[in-house]
Amino acid sequence: MTLIFDAMLCALTLGVALATVLGCGVFRTIVFFVVYGLLLSVAWVRLDAVDVALAEAAIGAGLTGVLFLAAFGKLTRIGVEAEPSPKRFHLPAALGCIGLSGAMAWAWFALPEPHRPTPDLSDALPRAGVENPVTAVLLNFRAWDTLLEGTVLLAALIGLWILTRDEDWHHRLGRLQHVRSGGVMESFGRLLPPVGTLVGVYLIYIGADQPGGAFQGGTVLAAVGLIAALAGLLRPPRITECSWRMALVAGPLVFLGAGVAGEVFGVGFLTLPGSIAEGAIFIIEVALGLSIAVTLALLVIGPPEGGDSE
Amino acid sequence: MTSPTLYALTGAALIGIGFYGLIEAQHLLRRVITFNLIGSGLFVFLGAVGARNDGFDPIPQALIITGIVVALSASALAVGLVVAHSRASGRATFPEEDEDA
Repeated sequence: MTLIFDAMLCALTLGVALATVLGCGVFRTIVFFVVYGLLLSVAWVRLDAVDVALAEAAIGAGLTGVLFLAAFGKLTRIGVEAEPSPKRFHLPAALGCIGLSGAMAWAWFALPEPHRPTPDLSDALPRAGVENPVTAVLLNFRAWDTLLEGTVLLAALIGLWILTRDEDWHHRLGRLQHVRSGGVMESFGRLLPPVGTLVGVYLIYIGADQPGGAFQGGTVLAAVGLIAALAGLLRPPRITECSWRMALVAGPLVFLGAGVAGEVFGVGFLTLPGSIAEGAIFIIEVALGLSIAVTLALLVIGPPEGGDSE
Repeated sequence: MTSPTLYALTGAALIGIGFYGLIEAQHLLRRVITFNLIGSGLFVFLGAVGARNDGFDPIPQALIITGIVVALSASALAVGLVVAHSRASGRATFPEEDEDA
């Protein structure tokens, strides 16, 4: 019975992916991509990866969709001509891609069957200080990855800000949103942020023991900020504001500080000893969640666009 | 056929679909979207590897979460570049695409 459900879900996902690629018009592509992300997050639940499902729903479908829709709006305002005439079917490319998929499928059957759970990991988990094994891996065993990931987020934001035109540098980020009073956006802007804030904070708090964590919770908080900004309730900051810059770097700095402390006390860089791991991970998670929320929201809002924004 | 196998094959197919879209796309925004399709196909494949043998392996899951976040930041930068390019050139395609048309 579940296999039928899985097969239908996979077929739907593939169909929506095909529609994303082959559909006419960029707007339609974006809409299909959002649907695709939602279907994929159901697939993650089926693969027993609830943490990933939360991240996919919040980031893959949610924020990425907003990002593309906002970009589509900007392109329309710039007056870029619509997509070039529908292209013809490209047979060599299609054959090559079928070959690629075939090679991946072959790789799946050729891979050796793993032993699970890997003995090293199950030995180490009790010392991680948290119940949720995914959080344990993210913030303790593979902390390097997560620290560098925070740095990648910062680097992407700096790269985005570099694209600002000189005359816009001192304007607020994004553009001013005009909201019809009593309209849908205004009421959503009042209704959703309290609920969203609660969900986001809860996800960060519960991440140590249950599915959730800094990334999922931070993304929900970023979405709350975006809704408030779209509804005109919250004015986006300027690039030059110090307090917002501090919020951006707080997470990576706290993480780095914990890493250096490990080195100073002789247990090794980014190593959290079992006795303090629980508290340390909680502090890192809160700081990281805050920074992720601010960074993701500012990434989606984009560079300042001046002109009509003040 | 067990369900991880089903999802692995779906992931493999998604990678192929994404690559085809990337090759075919002319509009730059569409290129960024199809690039995301390839990435998520790879994530599904990796996730299926982690779910093999009725196992629960947190390491692929942690890698995938990291990957999803990095994919968003890369997409945001790419979209910023697309908008800047379009503003400078007045079109959302690369110049060499016009010669083909």
